[in-house]
Amino acid sequence: MGLVSETRSLRVRGGWHDRRVLLTITTTARPATDLGRLLRKHPDRVQSFEQTFGTAWVCYPEAGEERCTAALLLEVDAARLARSHARASGDATLKQYVNDRPYAASSLLAVALGKVFSTARTGVSEERPELAAAAMPLEIALPAVPCTGGPRLVRDLFEPLGWEVQAEAVPLPGFDADSRHVSVRLRGEVRLSDALSHLYVLLPVLDDAKHYWVDIGEVDKLVRSGGEWLAAHPLRGLIAGRYLAHRKSYERAAFARLEEVAEAVESDADIAEDADTAEQSLPLHRIRIGAVMDALAASGAASVLDLGCGSGKLLAALLDDPRYTRITGADVSSRALGMAERALRLDRMGERQRQRLQLIQGSVVYRDKRFAGFDAAVLMEVIEHLDPGRLPAMERVVFGDARPRTVIVTTPNAEFNARYGLGAHEMRHADHRFEWERDRFAAWAEGVAARYGYRVRIEGVGTVDPEAGSPTQMGVFDRD
Amino acid sequence: MTDATVTEPQTISVPELSLVVLIGVSGSGKSTFAATHFKPTQVISSDYCRGLVADDETDQAATAEAFKLLHHIVGTRLRLGLLTVVDATNVQERARTELVELARSHHVLVDAIVLDVEPSVAVERNAARPDRDFGESVVRRHHRDLKRSLKHLKKEGFRRVHHLAGAEAVAAARVVTEKSWNDRKEETGPFDLIGDVHGCRAELEALLGDLGWTIERDGQGRAVGAAHPEGRKAVFVGDLVDRGPDTPGVLRLVMGMVKAGTALCVQGNHEHKLVRALNGRKVKATHGLAESLEQLGAEDEAFREEARAFMDGLRAHLLLDGGSLVVAHAGLKEEFHGRASGAVRSFALYGDTTGETDEYGLPVRLPWAEEYRGAAAVVYGHTPTVDPQWINNTICLDTGCCFGGKLTALRYPERELVAVDAEREWYEPVRPLAPVAAERDAATLDITDVAGDRHLETGLVGTVKVRAENAAAALEVMSRFADDPRRLLYLPPTMAPVDASDTDGYLEHPAQAFAQYRGRAERVVCQEKHMGSRAVALVCRDPETAKRRFGLDAAPWGALLTRTGRAFFEDEALTTGVLDRVAAAAAAAGLWERLDTDWMLLDCELLPWSAKARDLIEDQFAGVAAAGLAALPAAAAVLEAAAARGLDVAGLAARTDSRRSNMEAFAEVYQRYCWPTEGLDGVRLAPFQVLATEGRNRADHRHDRHLEWIDALTAADGSGLLLETRRRFVALGTADEDEATRWWIDLCADGGEGMVVKPVLEDRPKLQPGLKVRGREYLRIIYGADYTEPERLVALRQRRLQHKRSQALREYALGVEALDLTAENAPLWQIHQYVFAVLALESEPVDPRL
Repeated sequence: MGLVSETRSLRVRGGWHDRRVLLTITTTARPATDLGRLLRKHPDRVQSFEQTFGTAWVCYPEAGEERCTAALLLEVDAARLARSHARASGDATLKQYVNDRPYAASSLLAVALGKVFSTARTGVSEERPELAAAAMPLEIALPAVPCTGGPRLVRDLFEPLGWEVQAEAVPLPGFDADSRHVSVRLRGEVRLSDALSHLYVLLPVLDDAKHYWVDIGEVDKLVRSGGEWLAAHPLRGLIAGRYLAHRKSYERAAFARLEEVAEAVESDADIAEDADTAEQSLPLHRIRIGAVMDALAASGAASVLDLGCGSGKLLAALLDDPRYTRITGADVSSRALGMAERALRLDRMGERQRQRLQLIQGSVVYRDKRFAGFDAAVLMEVIEHLDPGRLPAMERVVFGDARPRTVIVTTPNAEFNARYGLGAHEMRHADHRFEWERDRFAAWAEGVAARYGYRVRIEGVGTVDPEAGSPTQMGVFDRD
Repeated sequence: MTDATVTEPQTISVPELSLVVLIGVSGSGKSTFAATHFKPTQVISSDYCRGLVADDETDQAATAEAFKLLHHIVGTRLRLGLLTVVDATNVQERARTELVELARSHHVLVDAIVLDVEPSVAVERNAARPDRDFGESVVRRHHRDLKRSLKHLKKEGFRRVHHLAGAEAVAAARVVTEKSWNDRKEETGPFDLIGDVHGCRAELEALLGDLGWTIERDGQGRAVGAAHPEGRKAVFVGDLVDRGPDTPGVLRLVMGMVKAGTALCVQGNHEHKLVRALNGRKVKATHGLAESLEQLGAEDEAFREEARAFMDGLRAHLLLDGGSLVVAHAGLKEEFHGRASGAVRSFALYGDTTGETDEYGLPVRLPWAEEYRGAAAVVYGHTPTVDPQWINNTICLDTGCCFGGKLTALRYPERELVAVDAEREWYEPVRPLAPVAAERDAATLDITDVAGDRHLETGLVGTVKVRAENAAAALEVMSRFADDPRRLLYLPPTMAPVDASDTDGYLEHPAQAFAQYRGRAERVVCQEKHMGSRAVALVCRDPETAKRRFGLDAAPWGALLTRTGRAFFEDEALTTGVLDRVAAAAAAAGLWERLDTDWMLLDCELLPWSAKARDLIEDQFAGVAAAGLAALPAAAAVLEAAAARGLDVAGLAARTDSRRSNMEAFAEVYQRYCWPTEGLDGVRLAPFQVLATEGRNRADHRHDRHLEWIDALTAADGSGLLLETRRRFVALGTADEDEATRWWIDLCADGGEGMVVKPVLEDRPKLQPGLKVRGREYLRIIYGADYTEPERLVALRQRRLQHKRSQALREYALGVEALDLTAENAPLWQIHQYVFAVLALESEPVDPRL
């Protein structure tokens, strides 16, 4: 991937269906054309660089003494991108063919920028060391930055680094709404190498997308060597967090295809993480697990079925307690079970420990012989993910057919939502089909108990608010 | 039977489904006997099993393992209903007991055939065989064991002991198989199945009259028989006696019918107990027995004896109509059909009881019918209910006539119910009659109905395989997002596009669709493809229909579902609004009468696209347009400035301009299919096929007829909801093709998505049910804004359609099965299996752009 001659680079290629991503870097330092020296790209030439996903072009729309602008254009080969994506993930959704990558300043641009301006990014210049080491007046323009968090996040990320930020959301054509793309203009007195480093790291952070095409190892390397500015950044947690999240994003299963068929963008966050968005600041899920564990201990159960086990947080607690000799985690999502398998390190578990635990794919709305024969079953934050119309089927499967001696059900207490700053009809999680007030839950629980011959006791879990009660409500059902 | 004197060869009759245990010392000729009279696969020999586990048929050290294996094989065969013969000496009681137990645990009869050969003959035979080194003493000891056993073999649990005394008798014997007593498969009806009569003679006579029977009377005017002019046969589900006013009268009539061959009858628990009482056994005269005894006391002794013998001789269950109808008084689970054992009999008479009793002192019965998955219909009585309902292909006909309810008959195979009201309450019920629905939860399905690798039979393409991983994906979507399975009776199949076009600038073109159907159909219909979201509507005439026919217990009284079975609207009121409007239009058009139905399943498109897919459109299409329309003009400006500086960027600039106009076209395409809606304002529903109505799967290729119904429906809609589907019929190979092509071009130029070409046929061959021909502009949102660039088109024309076509055909075949089952009101789990399979196939990795 080197410099190629101008004539060759301008040959029109057959078979290309290229698109544009654009970045311009302007300086008003004098002489402004020094920019070309620092970038090591001559202002009077048009140069191209082969990338795995297309071609990067560098040219200068202006190159005067007072003002000089370098433009980095990407011609993205969408077909090649789709192919490499399909190879990497073994997946096929329409999104791989129709997406914003060819136009948006995302990780692709970051990668191209990193490679094309690799020398400039080091901040070392043999030719002009003092120039490379000094801050200079810079103006950077990006017409379409994909950004989860909107213009505000762009400001929050770049302003602490000394930039004056102009950021505006790009409207969605045809809708009275903004797209997730932001038109960005940065101005500041910044060392060029730092400016490039900022973009290299922060463009993918802003995007926060599942960008299959970035070599994760390289990103890691960069985060580690992100320099002092990253360590001192007030949002360094968010920056690191978004990078970490990307590591998980490779797996897409048949589910993703169905999602597309459904013409809906389903949230699968509830599988990845059972901490509700509104509760993130609280260790509520830990308190909840504690409450469930206490109730289980009181029931004297030795075998436990965790229905909707998700990534296995409750299973881990159960495994740590030797009184539970048989533990089964069931979830309707095979991806969730995969996560549980990894989180619990099943492959490294000792034989005896391993024999205590079983993970099965199952659904609470399908009667299942494998659910029978347990002392206790737990439905921790599960029922609110079912459409209310399906609850009777769940009741039949769990209380009617599996019939463990004890059933523990936890669900959010809607009355507490106001304490999270949620509105009257807002819910804690996008996938929640309902959240019940205390009397609604009690009525349901007592009805189930009466229909299936159980007794039920209801408790609050978490801090107690005199009016709203506790954030979580728990029903403990038992029978003779 | 003694040896030597036998002159006639002995005929041994064994049940068709049974375990046959050969008994005889080594050298008695068991293997030869077995090979002569049974298929090699029916005979399991201990020597063979010894060979399998020890590589040596004579290795006595391997005997324990060999018998373990033998029992396993025998057990498997019996479970699967296969006649099995055990070839082992079986001279010791312990060996035989284990086999009798094995047979019993699979509810099959067990016969013994004793090859009682003189020891000297056996010793001689053994001496002649090099692999047998048994001493004479072993043979003689075994022979002594055998002789000792003979007396009490019958007591060990063998149904019959066939004793072949002497080598000659063994050699001369013949073996025949006999049908099980339960097996009346040759009776094919048509039947009138009649529920628990309980001494209600007047009601029985009235019911038979309503069913068209002619009752025969004796000199005293008593009903003594009945015949049906169409040769129908009555089947009584038992409990003819007790509680009611005239048990002798009922018995007289039914006995006459059975004797004359116009009726069949199974035994009920009340007959069972009455026989015991008449036999002089001590039984408590409760539950109406006292009344029977009193009434029978007034009859003469001859009648009493005839009635006793009749009731005693009744079978506990019958297999009828080639095995597709099973009648048992209290029902019968599938594993017990055609089987015989105490457990089977008890189930048939009393049901699946737990031994517990409820608050009325009545036995608690397990809901076996809910778990029933058999292919045979099971008709039974025993538990009084208000209205008989089919539950998983089973139905209880006891409607509590003696308690003042009704006497109900089921016409089979028509599956129509006919009932007469009781004249009065003849007997006070212990427990009030309850509707069966209280015990029923048909919405509960079993994981084994859907999970794992599955093979589903279809009439159209044979077996369709669903892989476990696809079933797993479908399980998640079905559980998390789909509507109640009672509403989810069909999912539309995917549709394949036409072969790639060779016309300049086009990827898809009508020419290929016409070419593809030429030779397979005379005529096709080109239907406008509305660009919205596919929807399946279950429309009921009224809430009662929804409750009665589909078991729904809450609004909406029907369904409006997406391609993945999810309710279209979260707000139930919106669904109800759509369904009410369609139902009103159907009423106004007279469609309910024309189609002779109270409900219909409709295949539709719901518009606008943005009504359902707003998030997807914003996320995927509008977002791309936003980025493209922001970035491309900026890039063009930069390149213009660079060009002005004298830099040679002409090629790059030209390409950028072209991309920009492509992106503008792209943004225009998706916006055509989006418009704001408020409640149902702005929502349009375009039905294009009636899929099924009561008793009729209508998913055929008669699109002329379909569109006529659909037109009547849309024309009768006064609400502005229903949208017409424009179409053109094309006689293939004529000028119609060119005209239809022009029509398609106009349609697309007008903003249409394109069209679907479907064959118009009388029959349903194995053929793509339709091919889509999408418009040139529309395809930008599928293949990307720039797909029209010539070099891109060249590449895209290489698309592979094979998998998509196979998927479309398989899904279509599954859908047709689901509709067949829905139309005939099959058990929900059967319908669900096919619907689930369609969803599972949708998760197969196929190019999503096709």
